[in-house]
Amino acid sequence: MSGDGSLEHLKREGRIVVVGASLAGLRAAETMREKGFTGSLTMIGDEPYEPYDRPPLSKQVLLGKATADRTALPRRRDIDAKWRLGVPASGLDMAARRVRLADGDEVEYDRLLIATGVRARPWPNEAEGALDGVFVLRTRDDGARLERALAAGPRRVLVIGAGFTGSEIASACRERDLPVTVAERGAAPLVGALGGVIGEVAAQMHQEHGVDLRTGVMVTGLEGDPSGRVRAAHLSDGATVEADVVVVSLGAQRNTEWLAGSGLGAGPRGIACDAGCRAFNIWGIVTDDIYVAGDVARSPHALFGYQFLSLEHWGNAVAQAETAAHNMLSEGMDRRPHVWIPAFWSSQFGVNIKSVGVPPMGTEIQVTQGSLAERRFAAVYGYQGRMIAAVTFDNCRWLPFYEHQIETTAPFPPPFSTVDRRPEGHKPMPADFPDPSVPTHGPTITLSGYSPADRTMTFTPARH
Amino acid sequence: MTQAILREIIDYANRANPYPLYEELRKTPVSHDGDGPYVVSTYYEIQSLLHDPRISSDAKNLKATGDDPLGQGQGEEEGATLPPSFLKLDPPDHDRLRRMTNRPFGPPHAPHRVHDMREELGGLVSGLIDGIATTGNLDRVDLVDQFAYPFPVSVICRLLGVPHEDEPRFHVWAETLAASLDPDPDADPAQQGKGAMDARMELGMYLAGLIEERRKNPGDDMLSQLATADGPDGSMTTMEVLSTSALLLIAGHETTVNLITNGMLTLLRHPDVLQRLREDPALSVPIVEELLRYEPPVQLLPQRSTLTEIEVAGVTIPKGASLWLILASGNRDPKRFENPDRFDPDRKDIQHLGLGSGIHSCFGAPLARLEAQLALSELARRLENPRLLEDPPPYRQNAVLRGPRHLTISCDGVRP
Repeated sequence: MSGDGSLEHLKREGRIVVVGASLAGLRAAETMREKGFTGSLTMIGDEPYEPYDRPPLSKQVLLGKATADRTALPRRRDIDAKWRLGVPASGLDMAARRVRLADGDEVEYDRLLIATGVRARPWPNEAEGALDGVFVLRTRDDGARLERALAAGPRRVLVIGAGFTGSEIASACRERDLPVTVAERGAAPLVGALGGVIGEVAAQMHQEHGVDLRTGVMVTGLEGDPSGRVRAAHLSDGATVEADVVVVSLGAQRNTEWLAGSGLGAGPRGIACDAGCRAFNIWGIVTDDIYVAGDVARSPHALFGYQFLSLEHWGNAVAQAETAAHNMLSEGMDRRPHVWIPAFWSSQFGVNIKSVGVPPMGTEIQVTQGSLAERRFAAVYGYQGRMIAAVTFDNCRWLPFYEHQIETTAPFPPPFSTVDRRPEGHKPMPADFPDPSVPTHGPTITLSGYSPADRTMTFTPARH
Repeated sequence: MTQAILREIIDYANRANPYPLYEELRKTPVSHDGDGPYVVSTYYEIQSLLHDPRISSDAKNLKATGDDPLGQGQGEEEGATLPPSFLKLDPPDHDRLRRMTNRPFGPPHAPHRVHDMREELGGLVSGLIDGIATTGNLDRVDLVDQFAYPFPVSVICRLLGVPHEDEPRFHVWAETLAASLDPDPDADPAQQGKGAMDARMELGMYLAGLIEERRKNPGDDMLSQLATADGPDGSMTTMEVLSTSALLLIAGHETTVNLITNGMLTLLRHPDVLQRLREDPALSVPIVEELLRYEPPVQLLPQRSTLTEIEVAGVTIPKGASLWLILASGNRDPKRFENPDRFDPDRKDIQHLGLGSGIHSCFGAPLARLEAQLALSELARRLENPRLLEDPPPYRQNAVLRGPRHLTISCDGVRP
């Protein structure tokens, strides 16, 4: 492949197809053009819209401060692409290098980038999920629909699942002065992503803002009225919550079904790839013409024991797309690994939450600055004597320091003093993550083993 | 021979163009000699120290070295009657005071404060430029005295709610206090400290009177709001209101003057950019950003110290050491910026250190940016064929808050 001029030919007049027209797909396309790719570029997306930004959907949009149709992603440059929007990809022929579309069309490629992302996990009971007033929140349309429902002034909203999205929805409801109940299977909100110590802080935030928080319970069923509108939910502790809006916020599912039978190493946990974003086939052998980026990708990270990380993080989508695009147009030693340090943020109940590293790898936690009780702090996570992650509540300006500590495998507990160290921060405590063998609804970061063959981890709410 | 580096930084001979010295300094990211401070001159090292919780802004954490000839630790605040402003405090006290100060100033509680001042600022700018036109002598205009100084002073007085007629008194106190920030190895520290202390006292007493009045008749100025606020953090003590408003006054006074003056000087040295700005006032936004990189009004931060032993770029800095972060040098670090010595308003990647970074990043940044944008675009539009009469212009003594004392120009006329 190398040195025979094929790369130059690809850059000049090759055919690149991007499946997935959201953040990762768009940024990859821009990067390819930036790097001088002048061939044909096709962008395939299942939604009818040009790429838009999702974080505002659970924040400003739900507050009615922005409308869902006004969150288009800013363009870094013109990408001169053929857009196939509103048509999902339905299959992949790796041998013939073709993507099949749901409308029967086929698109040939020399290089393929898969950035199909994730979708909201639906309510497992289809009939109950179809009740009027039951929502999920992932797309622009979801955001617009839910906002309308909230603006109509429901008597009570029930949010099922208190991960980041669920907590942000609950926060928006309270800001709109709507009564809201949150039902969470784990012991506290955010517990899967940040552990029990921080989960306890999150629980206090919910309660102080008047959320009716129910933890350690599952919703066992939704009940509609004769007109097909949801009216109540039944909980595993026997309680009933009357609500006319129910938001199912149980995490996400990876959009990989269209690859079934293609021979690509794609499954419910995403598409495994090497650190250079090249997808594996089902034998665990790396392909050289198929790349993946964004929420749907799982790639090994050298800094975190080469674990395959699958990250639903905005910044990861951008960075991984840029790396994938770079590698698609490079060969040999010019390729580079995706070694982005996981980072995410959330905004809820007026508090800015940010994190770097991989908190769920942590076994211990220490509050290095500020105080949990004031909900303004920085805390670091320890794993086998090193710092593996950090989280801040309303204290994000210190985060770059901790990021650097994590990058340089600094020791844990940290051997230095810091400004704003309080008595509670003098020694580590157990980080209190739930037993990983017991699924919660949707940890933001999911870790799995080394093998591309999947351990499955399916959320199954108890039935009646 | 100790502290040669400091002497060079402070040396007035380097004031007009300190950049060759900074270039020399960057060869050693962390320089140290004698018992002087550890001087950090490279971008990435400064950037990371600004976010490093092992670094303190509180002078109490400096290891007192009895023979500290720079009087470090006894700047404007020490021994004075007012408690230190949040600039010289660490969290949690810093955070609480800064947060309370921000409530009447910026988002989320006062998102429109700065934006809503735009029209008023525009009026002040027009008035001052009209003044230049009516003085008649366009062969010799001092842009500092006639524009760059009075403009930000009026703005900060209006923002705080200080009566216009008291501005001259402020001028004297502010100048003394700003000068006290300048480390001068040859000045008698006791004398310098005494002058600053007196000025601070007088300023404090003056502000105390105003606050008393505002508590009785509150307006929508910041002084009234600081004095009467009662938010989730409680309310400020009178002493806290005093030290906070003194800080806002000084910081809002001496820095924007230099930003505007450095800006005009740079534009006059780059007539092509000046011409573009004349045709397109919107260019003032990237111009001001590039100015903050290229000629930052705050050249260095001389008041940080280490809470613990730390390693920076291979140098072990002991606990309690004094750190000087040379922001202006980091801004010209070729490892960070391409062609760093080129003034290029079209620069895309411009994460400069001109306003600091981390928890102490410039509180007044939104206002300073707006003031400089309005000032430069209007000067560019209205002054006809402006020419620099003296290059380099005479500079102030101050190495920390660096800027020309005068900027004398001539022009052919003033457009309406």
